[in-house]
Amino acid sequence: MEYLQARPVLSQLEKDMKTSILALGFVSVVAGFPCAAVAKTPVLNVLTYDSFNEEWGAGPSVEKAFEASCSCDLKFVSGGSAATMVARVQMEGKSSDIDVVLGLDTNMTAAATASGLFAPHGQTWKNDLPVSFSDPYFVPYDWGWLAFVYNKNKLSDVPKTFEELAASDIKIVIEDPRSSAPGLGLLLWIKTIYGDKAKEIWTGLADNIVTVTPSWAGAYGMFTEGEVDMVLSYTTSPAYHLIAENDDTKAAAVFDEGHYMQIEVAGKLAATDQPELADQFLAFIGSDAFQSVITKNWAYPAVTPSVGLPEGFDRFRPAKSLILSATDAVAVRDGALAEWQAVLAK
Amino acid sequence: MASRSSQINYAMGAAIVAALVVVLTFGMAAVVWAEAGSFWPTATDWAAVRFTLLQAVLSAGLSCLLAVPVARALARRYFVGRGILITLMGAPFLLPVIVAVLGLVIVFGRAGIVSDVMALFGLPPLSIYGLHGVLLAHVFFNLPLVTRMLLMGWQAIPSERFRLSASLGMTEGAVYRHLELPMLRSVLPGAAAVVFTICLTSFVVALTLGGGPGATTVELAIYKALRFDYEPARAAALSLLQFAMGAGEVALGWAVLGSTGFGVGLGRKVEMRPPRGWRFWVDILVIFIAASFLLLPLSAIVLRGIAGLADLPLGMIVALVRSFAVALTSTVLTVVAALLLALAVARKAKGAKLFDAVATLPLAVSGLVLGTGLFLTVQPYVRPEALALPVTVLVNALLSLPYVYSLLLPEARALHVDYDRLARSLALVGVARLRWVTLPRLARPLGFGAGLAASLSMGDLGVITLFAGESGTTLPLYVHRLMGAYRMEAAAGAALVLVVFSFALFVLFDGMGRRVAT
Repeated sequence: MEYLQARPVLSQLEKDMKTSILALGFVSVVAGFPCAAVAKTPVLNVLTYDSFNEEWGAGPSVEKAFEASCSCDLKFVSGGSAATMVARVQMEGKSSDIDVVLGLDTNMTAAATASGLFAPHGQTWKNDLPVSFSDPYFVPYDWGWLAFVYNKNKLSDVPKTFEELAASDIKIVIEDPRSSAPGLGLLLWIKTIYGDKAKEIWTGLADNIVTVTPSWAGAYGMFTEGEVDMVLSYTTSPAYHLIAENDDTKAAAVFDEGHYMQIEVAGKLAATDQPELADQFLAFIGSDAFQSVITKNWAYPAVTPSVGLPEGFDRFRPAKSLILSATDAVAVRDGALAEWQAVLAK
Repeated sequence: MASRSSQINYAMGAAIVAALVVVLTFGMAAVVWAEAGSFWPTATDWAAVRFTLLQAVLSAGLSCLLAVPVARALARRYFVGRGILITLMGAPFLLPVIVAVLGLVIVFGRAGIVSDVMALFGLPPLSIYGLHGVLLAHVFFNLPLVTRMLLMGWQAIPSERFRLSASLGMTEGAVYRHLELPMLRSVLPGAAAVVFTICLTSFVVALTLGGGPGATTVELAIYKALRFDYEPARAAALSLLQFAMGAGEVALGWAVLGSTGFGVGLGRKVEMRPPRGWRFWVDILVIFIAASFLLLPLSAIVLRGIAGLADLPLGMIVALVRSFAVALTSTVLTVVAALLLALAVARKAKGAKLFDAVATLPLAVSGLVLGTGLFLTVQPYVRPEALALPVTVLVNALLSLPYVYSLLLPEARALHVDYDRLARSLALVGVARLRWVTLPRLARPLGFGAGLAASLSMGDLGVITLFAGESGTTLPLYVHRLMGAYRMEAAAGAALVLVVFSFALFVLFDGMGRRVAT
C-alpha cells in the first residue's frame, strides 16, 4: 500500500525543485540588477562594520546626504565587526574594489598603515576631539569613551576606580580583546593606567567577570537581560536608551583615573579607482551634513555639528581622556593580551 | 525489462559529489594556507586543542547518554501531544547561536528563572559559566538531534521482531540485548560523531558560557588568526588540527559501528510492549524533564520575541525572503548529494569507504576557513557581494550534507540488505526502483533530513558575513546587525520570526516524510 504513496513525494520534490530554480533565478536577478542599473554613475565602495549600516543606524543617513552632493552612488560593503576590518582589507589586497574604509579605531590603524594599502588623505579640516589627533592616513569621524554601563535602579554603590570595582562584588561582563574592539580597548585602558600593575588589577577583577563574550552585542544583550550589574560599553550608551526608548534608568560609571577613548577613523585605499570621489567623501566627513547624522552611531561626532549634541550625550563626561598612539597600542597589545589570558584562563 | 539508460549510476554521482566536497574543504584550506608562510602551533594553541577535545568528547557523550532514555520512553509511550513534542524538540537545533545563548541565560543564568526559584528556598543563584555551562548548552542543542536519530532507529526495527520476542516470552532485558542494543550500536556511533564534530567548531557558545579565555576553542583561535591578526597560515594549520580531531572521531566510529542484521519486515508501526508499574512513571518523568529542559529556554525566546515584534523594521521582510530562497535551494542540493552518497555507500559501490569519509568531512571543516578560502578564490575576479547568495547556498548545502547523510545511511543500508534481492528479481532498477522502493522507504529520513537542512540553512551565518554587501542581508545577519546597534528588542523579534519560519520549513519537510512513511 505504501508504495502507492510515492507519487506525492515525487510531485512535491518536483515542485520544490521548480521553486528553488525560480528562487535562484530571482536571486541572481536581484543581485545583478544594481550593477547593471548604475553602470554610468560612478560608484564609491565604502567598507564598514555591520552595525554602522543598519536600517535605522547612521549608514543610510550618511549615504543619502553624500549622494545629494556627489552625483555618485555610495555603496556600503559590510566588513563584519569593527575588530575584523583590517584583516578584511588585507584579504582584499591590491585587487580590491573598495575605495574607502570607515570604522577602524586607533588601536588598529598601525597595522592598517603597515599593510601599505592605504594612501595619505590630505585633508586639512580640524576636529574637536578632546585630545589632539592627527594622522596622515586616517581622519576621525566619531569617537567615544569606554565605560561600564549599569542600571541606576539596581546598582547604588557605583565604583569610581578599577580598584574599587575589583574590590566589590559587582558582576560584570566584558568583551574578548581577541575579537572585539571595545574588548581590546579595555585591555589598553587598564594597561595605560596601571602599567606593570595591570596584572594585579585583572587578578582582582577575575571574580567580578561573569563571562567574556566574543562580541559587544552578546555582552550588551546579557546586560539588558539583567544577567550582570555592569557591561563594558560607552559613556554614550545610556543616551541610546534615553532617546530611543525613553528609558532613563541606564547610566555610565565615571572613573577618576580617566577613560580610554575609542577614535573611529576612515581612510582611503591606495588602489582606489575613484581617488577624487574618495577625497570628496573624506572631506564630507568633516562637514556639518555628515557630523549632524553620525550621532545615530551613538558616539560623539568628531566635529561638533551646528545643531549641537543630542540629549543625554553630555551626562557622563570623564575629567580625563586616555589614549595610546597607534604605534604604542601595537607595541603594548600582545604583552597585555598574554597577561590577560594568563590571569583569566585559570 | 529496463534498458541500460534507465540505470542510475550512483557511484558516478557520488564520485562527482565527493570531488566537489573535497575541493571545497581541502581546496579552500589550501588556498588559505598558500596566502603566507608556515606555522607551528604555540602553547596557547595546544591549550585550545585540549579544551576543544575535552568539551566535545563530554558533550557528545552526555548528549548520547541522555538521549537513550528519552528516545526509548518516546518510542514506547503514546500520549496526547506526543507528535507535537517530538516535532518541537527539533527547535533548539535551529536557533541562531547568539539567541539560544540568551535563551539559556534567561532560564539558567544568575538572574534566570531557575535561580529565582532557588532563591525562594534560600539557595544562592546558579552559575552556568564554566565547562558545565558549555556542556549544558551543547546538550541543549544536540540532545534533540540524537533523540530523533535514535527514535528513527527504534522505528526502523521491524515490528515483527518485537512480536516474535513477545511470543518467545522474552524479558525486557532480553529484548534490550537482542533488539535494542544492536540498534543502538548501529546508530549511536554516527550520532556521537555528529555531535562531537558540531561541538568541535563551537566558539560563541563555548566562550560565552565557558566564562573566559580558559574556554578558548580551536575555532576561536582560527577566528583570531584570520579576522584579527590576519595570519592565514596559522589559521590553516589550526584548521588542519581541528580537522584531524574530526577525522579521528570518524575513524573511531567505524571501528565500533555495528550492523543490526534485523532482516526485512512488513514496515508496520513499532509495537513495543510498554512495561507497566514503576517503569511507566520513570518514562513519564524522563519525558517531562527533557521537555522542560528544552522547551523553557524556547518559551523564553518566544516571549521576548513577541515583545519585539512591533519594533521590526520593514527591511526584515526582504531579508526573510532572501533567507527562504537560500534555504530551499541549498536543501535541494544537500538532499540530492546526500542521497547519491548514501545509496552508493549502502550498495558498497567502488570507493564506498572514501565516499563515507568525504560525506562526514564538512563537519570538521571550519566555516571560517571555508569562507575565507572562497573569498580569496573569487575576490580577484568578482566583487564578493555579487556572489553572496550563491556562495551562501553552496556553503550551507555543504555544511548540512553530513547531517542528512548520517540520517540516510543507516536506513539506506537496511534498505539495500532487505530489498536489493527482491528488487533485482523483479528487474526493478533505475528510476523505477528509485520511485517505487528507494524514495518511499527512505521518506522518513529524507523528510527529516530535508527539514534539518532547510532550517540549518535559514539560521546559518557562517560565510555570509564575509560576502554580504548592501543587498545580500539574510535574516540571521539582520538579527546580528540589530543587536550590534543596541536594538535588542527588535533583534529578539526578528529572531522569533527566524525561528518560526525555520521551524515551519522543518515541520513541512519532516511532516511530509512522516506522512509518506506511515
